[in-house]
Amino acid sequence: MKAINLPEPEKPIPNLSVSNNQGLLQWISSVDHKQIGIMYLWLSVLFLVAAGCEILLVRIQLAVPNNHFLNPEVYNQLFTMHGTTMIFFVAMPAIFGFNTYLVPLMIGANDMAYPRLNAFSFWMTFFGGLLLYFSFLAGGAPDAGWFNYAPLNQYNYSSSPGVDYYCSGLLIAGIGTVTASANFVVTILKYRVNSMSLKQMPLFVWMILINSFLILAAFPSLNAALVMLLFDRQLHAHFFSVQGGGSAILWQHLFWLFGHPEVYIVILPAFGIFSEVFPVYSRKPIFGYTFIIASGMAIALLAFGVWIHHMFATGLGNTVNSFFAASSMLIGIPTGVKIFNWLATMHGGAIRFKVSMMFAIAFLIEFTIGGLTGISFTLVPIDWQLTDTYYVVAHLHFVFIGGTLFGLFSGLFYWFPKMSGRMLDEKLSKWFFWLFVLGFNTTFLVQHALGAMGMARRVYTYPDLPGWGILNLISTIGGFMMAIATGLLVFIIITALKTGEKATRDPWDANTLEWTTSSPPGLKNFDFVIPVKSTRPFRDLKRPDDADWKKTDNNG
Amino acid sequence: MIKLIIGTEAMFFLALIMAFVYFSFSADFRSHQLLSLDIKSTSIFSILLFSSSFTFWRAEACYQKGNVKYLRGWLLLTILLGGIFLFGQGREYLSLLNNHVTISSSIFGTSFFTLTGFHGLHVFAGLIVISIVTGLAFLGDYDKPGSSVIGAVGIYWHFVDIVWLFVFIIVYVVPHF
Repeated sequence: MKAINLPEPEKPIPNLSVSNNQGLLQWISSVDHKQIGIMYLWLSVLFLVAAGCEILLVRIQLAVPNNHFLNPEVYNQLFTMHGTTMIFFVAMPAIFGFNTYLVPLMIGANDMAYPRLNAFSFWMTFFGGLLLYFSFLAGGAPDAGWFNYAPLNQYNYSSSPGVDYYCSGLLIAGIGTVTASANFVVTILKYRVNSMSLKQMPLFVWMILINSFLILAAFPSLNAALVMLLFDRQLHAHFFSVQGGGSAILWQHLFWLFGHPEVYIVILPAFGIFSEVFPVYSRKPIFGYTFIIASGMAIALLAFGVWIHHMFATGLGNTVNSFFAASSMLIGIPTGVKIFNWLATMHGGAIRFKVSMMFAIAFLIEFTIGGLTGISFTLVPIDWQLTDTYYVVAHLHFVFIGGTLFGLFSGLFYWFPKMSGRMLDEKLSKWFFWLFVLGFNTTFLVQHALGAMGMARRVYTYPDLPGWGILNLISTIGGFMMAIATGLLVFIIITALKTGEKATRDPWDANTLEWTTSSPPGLKNFDFVIPVKSTRPFRDLKRPDDADWKKTDNNG
Repeated sequence: MIKLIIGTEAMFFLALIMAFVYFSFSADFRSHQLLSLDIKSTSIFSILLFSSSFTFWRAEACYQKGNVKYLRGWLLLTILLGGIFLFGQGREYLSLLNNHVTISSSIFGTSFFTLTGFHGLHVFAGLIVISIVTGLAFLGDYDKPGSSVIGAVGIYWHFVDIVWLFVFIIVYVVPHF
């Protein structure tokens, strides 16, 4: 392994009146990947609470027909901020938190390739988020939806400075995202422990590698679009203003050329987490290691060829629509491959129903529902019927929550003992699981029906049509169940941090390198790294007679 | 690392260039383009920029041979050529602004200033970096071969030139055909 110089100061800064050994200053000045990872995760929790409160207000407004709890302007700001925050400042930082914390540990490195760049990436995300939220104080939050379509994003339609903050906040956070991804690629390719070949890398690390390339290719498109929009609004350029000779549809092309890969950017790391969780709790090697990698690559490549399916209703013609309908159906195949990989991993295994595993199993069900509704959109006539209705809202929440968030929860319950050195209360955690899953389904299953009945998304209130009131009320109740569950989760985490049972270094009898070090790992991750001869090096060490590399035919 | 950055930057310019091409099909765009742009003087400045890639390549070769004196000379020449290119761009912008072609005057102005402006910004950033490298070269940081800095900066500088090749062809040459 290459020697890595940690630029972490060993001694406090001289002549400093405050101690930077502990406390806030030490966190702020940290370049240690574990601390930065944890800061990413707390940042995600902070914004989760903010975006959660926003959507609870929205759900209260929608609980009964003809409601006047919120006025339309506030309503628009709240749902826009909810979507933008959840994608860019909850899902992304949570993913990056796990990546930053775990990638070096899983490949036997002591830190990221560029520790200072790592800190830079985090703080860009942090300040990008703050800038976005500053818009509330500066005269109004963005109010044109999270994908911010032209002409609604133009000054004539949104004259508050909200959209400007949307552009600058996402631009800054986007720079942080791109630099972090470049850092991951170099770390994974150059800083693996010598004995670990690419084909012995944990699947989580593989997914991060693929994902980082996806980010490097997709984010520039968003950044370019944001810059153009900022020019439109600040310098009176005409990119997206139709009156000035610009094009409203160009925004949609640029945004979805980023936006569709983005949905895979937030799901691939979750796929990586499940590929670690299923084998450990099923006591079996992963089924079809190579297939999971290959299907991940296929998803990443196809992700750039499907963006028009967000634009079927814009009238691009039958040829274009048919092409992108076909490519969108195609991308369902590699995702389906992975589902069967995980099912086959569980098949015949000695399954332990820990909370982490329960989220993984729940994911298989919920994500399949979300995937199937996704496939239904590839049929252009169905898309025309259902686009911009609550059916879309239901679909995207089934894949974002049922996919990404369940993956993050599964990863949290799996790696929490490693990160904190404490165990979470298993019984309370099971309560959290059932409350959250139940609340989630209560909220979003009924929205499929609402969408099919024709309820448009993003309307601030609706008439008292048969069924609409009661279904919306059920949805609101479900939303509050999720909110209570999230509160419970924060309680579980904080009590575990304070008084939780001490965790051993390997509480789940796991397979990979991060479990060979202490819980939590010291400032220097490893003094030595065990030899890697298969995809499950730690298991090989614990069961030398049954080691994977001794078998001629292993499933891994 | 630098290759990853180049990759992601290439995607960024691709988006800007696609926007330019997309708008170039709109009415009046081409007549604006032909009327406003002076291909002759820009060709000369472009050739100077392309030759700065050559001078940087020579600087790299000298560094590998351990010839520090020539390294410094070629680096200075690169800065000079890049600087002249930026001067040319400034001159062009000034005359356009005097003729009331601005970023808000028409869709041509919008896409022209955004695309060439972002390229100019990259040239400017490159010049700052090369100036730092040159300063370090004079201070003796590159007396011994083995540093990867000059190679990495070179990749960036050549990339900026290649982008200009595409921009030049699409913005200045294509409307004449």
